[in-house]
Amino acid sequence: MKSNSNMLSNDVVLEGIGKTYAKGAVVAVHDVSFSVRPGELFGLIGPDGAGKTSLFRVLTTLLLPDAGTATVAGYDVVKDFRAIRGIVGYMPGRFSLYQDLSVEENVKFFATLFGTSVEENYELIRDIYVQLEPFKSRRAGKLSGGMKQKLALCCALIHKPQVLFLDEPTTGVDPVSRKEFWEMLQRLKEQGITILISTPYMDEAMMCERIALIQSGRIMSIDTPENIMRAFPTTLFAVRAADAYHLRMDLLAEPFTESCHAFGDEVHLTLLRDESGKAARQQEVIDAMRARGHADVELREVEPSIEDCFIRLMGQHHA
Amino acid sequence: MNQLLSFVRKEFLHVLRDRKTLLILFGLPIVQILLFGFALTNEVRNANIAIIDDAHDVASRKIIGMVSASGSFRVREVQGGHASIEELFRNSGVKLIVLFPANFNNDLMHTQHARVQIIADASDPNTASTLTTYVSAIIADYQKSTVQSTALPFAINTQVRMLYNPQLKGAPNFVPGVMALVLMLVCVMMTSIAIVREKELGTMEILLVSPFRPILVIVAKVVPYLLLSLVNVATILVLSTYVLDLPVQGSVLLLFGVSTIFILTSLALGLLISTITNSQQSAMLFSMMGMLLPTIMFSGFMFPIENMPIPLQVISNVVPARWYYTIVKAVMIKGLGITSIWRELLVLVGMTVVLVVISVRKFKVRLA
Amino acid sequence: MPDIVIQARELSKRFGAFVAVDKITFDVPSGEIFGFLGANGAGKTTAMRMLSGLSRPTSGAATVAGFDVFTQPEEIKRTIGYMSQKFSLYEDLTVRENITFFGGIYGLSNRAIKEKSDQLIVQLGLQAEEKKLVGSLPLGWKQKLAFSVAMIHDPRIVFLDEPTGGVDPLTRRQFWDLIYAAADRGVTIFVTTHYMDEAEYCHRVSIMVDGAIKALDTPRNLKQTFNAPTMDAVFYHLARGAQRTAD
Repeated sequence: MKSNSNMLSNDVVLEGIGKTYAKGAVVAVHDVSFSVRPGELFGLIGPDGAGKTSLFRVLTTLLLPDAGTATVAGYDVVKDFRAIRGIVGYMPGRFSLYQDLSVEENVKFFATLFGTSVEENYELIRDIYVQLEPFKSRRAGKLSGGMKQKLALCCALIHKPQVLFLDEPTTGVDPVSRKEFWEMLQRLKEQGITILISTPYMDEAMMCERIALIQSGRIMSIDTPENIMRAFPTTLFAVRAADAYHLRMDLLAEPFTESCHAFGDEVHLTLLRDESGKAARQQEVIDAMRARGHADVELREVEPSIEDCFIRLMGQHHA
Repeated sequence: MNQLLSFVRKEFLHVLRDRKTLLILFGLPIVQILLFGFALTNEVRNANIAIIDDAHDVASRKIIGMVSASGSFRVREVQGGHASIEELFRNSGVKLIVLFPANFNNDLMHTQHARVQIIADASDPNTASTLTTYVSAIIADYQKSTVQSTALPFAINTQVRMLYNPQLKGAPNFVPGVMALVLMLVCVMMTSIAIVREKELGTMEILLVSPFRPILVIVAKVVPYLLLSLVNVATILVLSTYVLDLPVQGSVLLLFGVSTIFILTSLALGLLISTITNSQQSAMLFSMMGMLLPTIMFSGFMFPIENMPIPLQVISNVVPARWYYTIVKAVMIKGLGITSIWRELLVLVGMTVVLVVISVRKFKVRLA
Repeated sequence: MPDIVIQARELSKRFGAFVAVDKITFDVPSGEIFGFLGANGAGKTTAMRMLSGLSRPTSGAATVAGFDVFTQPEEIKRTIGYMSQKFSLYEDLTVRENITFFGGIYGLSNRAIKEKSDQLIVQLGLQAEEKKLVGSLPLGWKQKLAFSVAMIHDPRIVFLDEPTGGVDPLTRRQFWDLIYAAADRGVTIFVTTHYMDEAEYCHRVSIMVDGAIKALDTPRNLKQTFNAPTMDAVFYHLARGAQRTAD
């Protein structure tokens, strides 16, 4: 039993968590440590195979960690797993509701599963459920991607969990529904629910309070999105020309280029350390590209995005 | 309790909404009974036989008359000549030829020694022996009815009585067999598939991350199939009584009781399979290969166990269907009661308990 | 003046009363990377199926590599390359076995297959992995291999259906480098995606809403027209009024 007199400062704590598969042959998660404050909206940002799902499964007590310890709402994930299972809400990666049951039947079922009823916590899901209500007798399998996500969120919330784990809830969903989903999350945050969400979309990172960038099972950075962007160690330039592809090839060939990546129709460029001033170096780049035939080349300094930071950190962490 | 009921309700919904599976679940026993009852049979019906009568006398004509009247054969008379015998077998689909030599009756009356030749197509030994036995029996009947006063010393009069199944119908053999087969198939395969489907779809994850005790997942999944199987048992018994003319000799209640235990055994088996497979496909394969085939081979329904080599006889003791089949035959066909079958029943109950314990312990509380 | 390799005129597909694709019209010149965007259910998969000869249109006209989609679908299938996220390589065959198999499917001679296999493996840097099962490769490598295999018969046109999954930003760029290199060689790339930043990598982009094309232009022009900073915003602007978001 959890002692109420002990006000815990963190809802989710991981220390040195490791998880391997195939008898140690595959290292999914290595030495991960972080904590999430009560009521925080925390994002786990990383691509497929980074270890996000494995971490979530350890925290929701579906998998045993091979190393380290973790607690959720003060309960140990290994020893007190039953307690955790009663107070968390979980939305796994794929749509995992019953396809041949209707919207209404699914929600009712999950309510009774947690020993509650739809009416009891209706306020919590009302904003979301009203959108589903016109389809309440439709089989869940026949809903659109965005609707399925909303239904899954309802079913994860219906028992008013203390901590909500959302594993890639917006993957494969159209941009309009994605936006609506994040709006719903913001409203949930106001209810005081701790939310851990994983996503491969870098732009969604901006909507979290704090994020952990994860790649190949290792955490590269944990902080607020703003701090991470501020920590970008050098100046970032956006270079543009009509032929973006060849512009990039040409920049890569230049000796002053430290890194250069495509970003839409622009190229994000960082330069090797040099003593000359910023303006002079900008001119150097422009001259070099003009010489290579990009008469219309433009260059400007830009604020690094989370994706810029992620790519840079990836390069640093690679062996 | 409320949670469990809600879960069971959900399981029923799944089953009822899956039209194709429902068709199999309920159609299977009906189809099987009808097929076995009317189409597939070991009995002899409409066999083609030919008779070559070189005697054309009272005795041969009488015997030929009796054979035709038996209703089991399609008789044609053919003109003699040994050369044509080969032809008849090869080209005319004849299964058996009866040959009466010339002077048949004379030989019988005066020398007390007459010969009749019966030649059978033994490429299907079962049919051949059944046919020859039948024809020989008819001839023996005739012999008894004609040869009387001659004082034959030491005449052994064999009186044959076929107990429980005087007409030698196939139904008493296969109806219990079909029951065992259908129950085994439905319970093992459907249960394992239902549980594995949750794993495959990912809904199992959500079920586990809830206060609902995993063991109740098992109970909830199993209840619909238990009820459906009892309905199947009832269907089979009704069909058997009214369509196949084979009523239950013993206690119907006992039969249902025993069937329930066998259903539980099969459900436990399905559960065990679900703990070791992860895809619906392999669950199905396992059920088919691992359960169905042994059931057909070792239950005693198609092939008598006593005829098998000892090692296989030992193996058959492990097949639950074998015990159930024996019990059903005892209760349904022979009309016996619990005092006669308690040993077999105990074995079945023991198997159920062991299987349930093993599968419950193997049921994973986590994903890995 | 590059020649037009894909031409569609009022191409439509109807399923009963439901209009999946509503009179789409466009031209794609050789060597262009043409992005086909739209929400799930907007009709882009159906449109792609019609153009790749997999589905017969209800009305309209279209030619791909000069072949008519109504009368010559088999020729189209032979001429194009196709890759989708759903269809991929056989996980339980090795890298080389996969290449050999698909080379055979596309009708390459044994010698050509051997040459191509060696070439591909060197190009992708998979020398060390050649005998490994594809299932054991990281997702990014699988994608790159799948793309190369779709190109093994040197098609002039390649259809890519949501080719990049949730790989990391670097791997995604490496994949697009393969696409760029192909386009540079004059291959026309027709790609559907729901990653709006990838829309930026395309030369031109069309946005489908409820079966009809609501916008078709370069990403830069689209952003200007809709006064939006990113393609995401452009899409959102157009998709907001969508009736259909069915799967």
